[in-house]
Amino acid sequence: MKLQSTLLGTLAITIGMNYYPLAFGQTGNSLNPDISLTLDGRYTHYNNDSGYELPGFMLGGEAGRETQGFSIGHNELSISSYIDDMFYGKLNTVIADHAGETEVELEEAFIEAPGIGHGFTVKGGRFFSDIGYLNNQHAHSWDFTDAPLIYRGLFGNQLIDDGIQISWLAPTDIFLKLGAEVTRGGRFPAGGATNKGRGAHTVFIKLGGDAGSDHAWQLGFSHWAADIEERTSASHSHGHASEEATETPAFSGDSKVSGVDFIWKWAPNGNSREQNFKIQAEYFTRDETGSIEMLGSSPAEASSYDGKQSGWYLQGVYQFQPRWRLAYRFDQLEADNRGDDMDVLTEAGLNDEDHTPERSTIMLDYSHSEYSRLRLQYAKDDSYEDTDNVISFQYIMTLGAHGAHRF
Amino acid sequence: MKKFITLFSMSLLFLISSPGNASLNVFACEPEWASLAKELGGDHLNINTATNAFQDPHHIEARPSLIAKVRRADLIICSGADLEIGWLPMLLRQAGNSKVLPGKTGYFETALEVTRLDIPTEISRNLGDIHAAGNPHVHLDPRRLQVIAESLLMRLIEINPENKSDYQKRYHHFKQRWQQAISKWQDKAKVLNSARIVIHHRDWVYLFDWLGIEIAGALEPRPGLPTTAAHLFSLKKTLIENPALMIIHAPHQSPRAAKRLSAMLDLPVIELPYTVGSTPQTQNLFDLFDAILETLIQEKLKKNIDGPA
Repeated sequence: MKLQSTLLGTLAITIGMNYYPLAFGQTGNSLNPDISLTLDGRYTHYNNDSGYELPGFMLGGEAGRETQGFSIGHNELSISSYIDDMFYGKLNTVIADHAGETEVELEEAFIEAPGIGHGFTVKGGRFFSDIGYLNNQHAHSWDFTDAPLIYRGLFGNQLIDDGIQISWLAPTDIFLKLGAEVTRGGRFPAGGATNKGRGAHTVFIKLGGDAGSDHAWQLGFSHWAADIEERTSASHSHGHASEEATETPAFSGDSKVSGVDFIWKWAPNGNSREQNFKIQAEYFTRDETGSIEMLGSSPAEASSYDGKQSGWYLQGVYQFQPRWRLAYRFDQLEADNRGDDMDVLTEAGLNDEDHTPERSTIMLDYSHSEYSRLRLQYAKDDSYEDTDNVISFQYIMTLGAHGAHRF
Repeated sequence: MKKFITLFSMSLLFLISSPGNASLNVFACEPEWASLAKELGGDHLNINTATNAFQDPHHIEARPSLIAKVRRADLIICSGADLEIGWLPMLLRQAGNSKVLPGKTGYFETALEVTRLDIPTEISRNLGDIHAAGNPHVHLDPRRLQVIAESLLMRLIEINPENKSDYQKRYHHFKQRWQQAISKWQDKAKVLNSARIVIHHRDWVYLFDWLGIEIAGALEPRPGLPTTAAHLFSLKKTLIENPALMIIHAPHQSPRAAKRLSAMLDLPVIELPYTVGSTPQTQNLFDLFDAILETLIQEKLKKNIDGPA
C-alpha cells in the first residue's frame, strides 16, 4: 500500500501533473456516478369534463391538464458525474404514464466541459434550453405542480432540444453570462429539423448580483428562432364533430420567441434556512409567419398564418418558517392570430375566440427534509372558456445524490 | 524590425504571465477560511467570502454573485467533506474556471487535511443529513487548524511561488502566535473539562473534542432535521437524570428549539460565536476562540456560584 502510494506519487511528479485526488464524494463509492431518483405522485380534482384547450395556442409537448384523480407524475432517474478533469456528463430519464402506457423519455443526455477555462462552458447533447428562467429547471423543482401557462402555450411546458450550447461568463463583479445554442429543431415547438438538422437557434444574456446581504437578483433576456416544417399539434376537439380527430393541424414557417425574466430573492442576512421570499416574473412573445395545413383533411384545408402570441406570469413564494412555503401565481396569455382562412385557424385551435386565458394559483407545501415535499395547490383556471377549479395534491421525494440549490 | 517584434512579444508575454506581486484571487466558502488565508497571505491575496457568520453553510444557493466570484478565483478554500455539497459543485460547473475545479491546485478542501470525527459506519438518509467523509466543521479545533494552515501554506507556494518567502514568513509568525494562544486557551479552559453541554447541531464536535467537553444531547433529532416535541421530551428525561450546563446554538441557527428546552429545564441558552464575524468583536480566528472560551467559562463560573450543576 505504502509502496503503491509512493509509486503513484513519483509517477505524478514525473509526469508533472499537479492534480489532487478528486474531492467530491471522495469517500465511499468514489468512482460511482451520482445517482438520484425523484418520485412524483399526484391526486388532481377538477370540475370540467370538456377537453382541454388553450384558445389561440397550438398545444404540444407535455402541455395539457393533469390526469383526473390519482396519477403518477414525473418520476425521474438521473445519473451524473465528472467524467474526467475536463468533462461532466448527465443522463436524465423520465418514467411517466401516458394514456395508460408507461413511457421512458430521455429528458436530458448531455456532456459539458466546465474545464475549458476563461469563463467558457460548452454543452452538447440533449438539454433544457437556457431560454427564460424556469425552462432549465426540472419539473420537480418548480414551485407549483404545473408550468406557467405561457410555458404550456409556447413550449409544451419546456423547451428541450438536441444540439450544442456555448456560454461565456464575463470576468466582472456583476454576473454577466452570454450564451448561444444551435439545436436540431425536431421537437415541439419546432418541427421538421430543417436546415439539415440545425433548425433552431437560441441566444441569451443573464445578469445578476446581490444587493446587500439580504437581497439577490437576476435579469435575463433570451431569443429563440426556428425554421419549422410541419409542427404538428395534439388534437383539438373543441365544439366540433368527431371526424376531426383524424385531422392534425401542422404549421410551417418562421417562428421567433423573445423573453425577459426577472427574479428577486430576499432572506434575512442571506440565511434562507429560516425565512425567505422570492418574486419571479417572465414575459414571452412569439411571432410566427407561414401556413397552417390540416393534415389528413380531404379536400385539403390550409390557410396562410401570421401569429402573434404573448403571455406572462408573476409569482411570489414565501417560506414563512422552516419547512413551510406559501405561494401565489398569476398567469395571463394573449393571442392575435391572422390568416386568409379563419375557419382553418379555428379548427387548428389558433383562434383566441375573444378569450383571454388567465389563471390564479395558490400553493402551500411542506418539506419534512430537503429530500421530501408534500404540496397542496388550488387553481382558478380561466385558461379556456369554462372556468375550472383545480385542486391538486402532490408529493415529490428525492432519493440518492444531494440535489443542487440553484438560484 | 526583428528586434521590435521580439520586444513586443516579450512584453506581451510579460503581460500575460502574471508579475510577481500581483494579488491572487481567493474565494473562501466560509469566513474562517478567509481569515486563515488573510493570516498567511496578507496583501498578496484578494479574498472574497461566500458566506457570512449568520448563514448556514449547508444551505446556500448558487447565487449569480457567487458564480461571478468563482469565475475570477485562482484558489478556492472550502471546508469540503460535503459541507457545501448543495451549492459548490453548482458554482464550479457554472463558473467556467478550470483552475479551481476539484483535483486542480486551485481547489482546496480544508477538512480533508485533518483526521475527521463522526465518520459514519452506516450511511442512510434515514439518519439525517450526514456526511460520508465525516463531520466537516473542523475549524473549531485550533490544533487541526494549525495542520490546515501548514497545508494551505504549501498550496499558496505552489500556486504563487514568487511570494514564497513572504508566505513562509507570515506562516511562521502565525504559527508562533497560534501555539502560544493554544496553550493559553488550554490553561484557561481547564474548568470546562467534562462539562456537559446541549448542542443544536453537531457543529461543535471538534471544539468539544479539544476541550474534553461532553455532548449532553442535540436539539436536532437527526443532523439537519428540525426538533420535534417528542425529541425534546426524551432530551428532557435524559437531562434530568444527567444534568447539563447550558444549551448552545450558533448565530445562524434559530434559538426557538433551544428556548423550548430551556423552558422545560431552566437551562441557559447561549448563542456561541461559531465563526469569524459572529460578533463585532470576533474579527479574526484569535478573537473567535477568545470569545468562545470567554462565553463558555463565564457561564460555567456562574453555575459554580449558583451551586454545582
